[in-house]
Amino acid sequence: MTILCAGINHRNAAVEVRERFAIGTHELEASLSSLRRIDGLFGAVIVSTCNRVEFYASSVCPLRAMDGLRRFLVERTGCTDLPFYSHDSLPSVRHLFRVACGLDSMVIGETEILGQVKQAYSAAADHGATNTCLNKLFQQAFRVAKQVRTETRITRGSTSVGSVAVELAGKIFGDLSGRKVMVLGAGETSERVARSLVSRGVRTVIVSNRTFDRAAALADSIGGLAVHFDHWHTAFDEVDILICSTAAPHPIVTREKLEKILQSHRERPLFIIDLAVPRDVDPSVNTIDNVYLYDMDSLEQIARQSIEIRQTEVVRCEQLIDRHVRDFLTWMHQHPTMPR
Amino acid sequence: MEFYLLTGATLCLIAGFAHTLVRVSAGKIQPGRVNLASMVGAFALLSLDLWMRGQVQRSCPLYSLFDVLLFMAWATALLYFLVGSAYRLSLLGTFTSPLVLFLLLLAQLAPLSRDPIPATARDPWIEFHAALSLIAYGAFALAGIAGLMFLVQDRQLKKRKGGSLLYNLPPITELAIANTRLILLGLIILTVAFAAGFLSGMQVNTLKFWTSATIWAAYGILVLLRQIHPLAPRKTAILSLVALGFILVTLPAIQHLSTAK
Repeated sequence: MTILCAGINHRNAAVEVRERFAIGTHELEASLSSLRRIDGLFGAVIVSTCNRVEFYASSVCPLRAMDGLRRFLVERTGCTDLPFYSHDSLPSVRHLFRVACGLDSMVIGETEILGQVKQAYSAAADHGATNTCLNKLFQQAFRVAKQVRTETRITRGSTSVGSVAVELAGKIFGDLSGRKVMVLGAGETSERVARSLVSRGVRTVIVSNRTFDRAAALADSIGGLAVHFDHWHTAFDEVDILICSTAAPHPIVTREKLEKILQSHRERPLFIIDLAVPRDVDPSVNTIDNVYLYDMDSLEQIARQSIEIRQTEVVRCEQLIDRHVRDFLTWMHQHPTMPR
Repeated sequence: MEFYLLTGATLCLIAGFAHTLVRVSAGKIQPGRVNLASMVGAFALLSLDLWMRGQVQRSCPLYSLFDVLLFMAWATALLYFLVGSAYRLSLLGTFTSPLVLFLLLLAQLAPLSRDPIPATARDPWIEFHAALSLIAYGAFALAGIAGLMFLVQDRQLKKRKGGSLLYNLPPITELAIANTRLILLGLIILTVAFAAGFLSGMQVNTLKFWTSATIWAAYGILVLLRQIHPLAPRKTAILSLVALGFILVTLPAIQHLSTAK
């Protein structure tokens, strides 16, 4: 039995190419049935995400099965020049394990892909498109992904400015439910950060912008409240997280102004995320007790640090993957006549 | 036998501490099972050792500085098991085990008499007072450790550079809450201990009385300022460390005055 893998991903195909080959959930059953009809192919799993479209199959006639797969793709897309890579057993197994561990992702170590691979396998199994060999392969892939996540730092930290800000909020407040956020300046990044915080349970969002309509629109879309820009400090009571991204040419939050506002804030921490350039918040604010100020540079530096940590962990991940690849291939050799 | 129990407890903690150092050098600060197992092992051996000393003395073994250091190490570990899980501050163990280890090493390396003091007629209220006082000091020790963790996390957050410590330490708000509550817990236990001391009618050396009263008043003021007047968590953390330092420095003197009376 041979394991085959063919596909395209974000490395070898642009999004306009990937979207032509993408297989939606509604087409999955029909596509799996078509693949099952390919002569010499005993099982198939289709992994179709925004960054990849990949076919995993088991076959005793790899060349015939691969030809059948090409025919299927040509019929489906009308495209004769297929930009697909294809592997046989060893590289296919290694490739799937790397994909499941997030090593083949655009952001190394991202964990969403594991859920997508699990879904793809589960859908194929539900449609009766998998066999013993593929079942074993995917179970092993999930095991190696779990081991890599627990034994290495490949998922360590956040890799984007927004996710770093949300993670830091967690390190300051723990549980974010019931926390209050104020957004000064309704920019795109601040909106993204505010949405992430809302998804983590933040209770109230107050939006203030020089153009009140823009503030009202953003507040409306995230279930918050809009206040006039001239009165933002009057609505500051009990605010835990302040996100600033105005286009002001000079700091609008100074140490003096904040100290006055914080008199009623008691000992609760205040997390300030300054996404504006030029900065909206005077850097000396960070020296106030219980106030934690992060600007664009510091957030980006932490994100970069996380990426570097993840990159240094790749070697350890590959070693773990190699061990699992060997285990799987040994199992395959020990079961040459496994049920189809 | 007691020698082996104590040595075993110390070796358990040294092994746990060494394991933590290896993990830290590998960028992992979260305590693993080894750390917890070493604390459990050390606690069990220490409990057995104290029980045997108690059997010889026919009372709670608190009559020499050697006893006191062992008992305080035991009380700190006990409170860690009780409180650490309640606050979900598993990392507290990483910081607690070095303190317990320090107390055990101090007891064994300092030129102190290890011989159990033979039993005489002892007032149970005095024993209750002494045991509770040391358990209260254990709570203050944990408060100091939570305070230290708060200061480390505060520094990490202020530095704005990320790093392993930032990711592995608990949220700073939880550390501030743990710090305050442990101080309050210690103060309540110490108050009950002092009440037991008064009930026993024991005669107390003036210096010992004022030193103990200073510790009680210092923590009392800390709690009061935290509850009524908004004393910032950072200052509370610093003061809890200063107070813990004061306890550790004055403990031998208090013990000396207690046995000298």
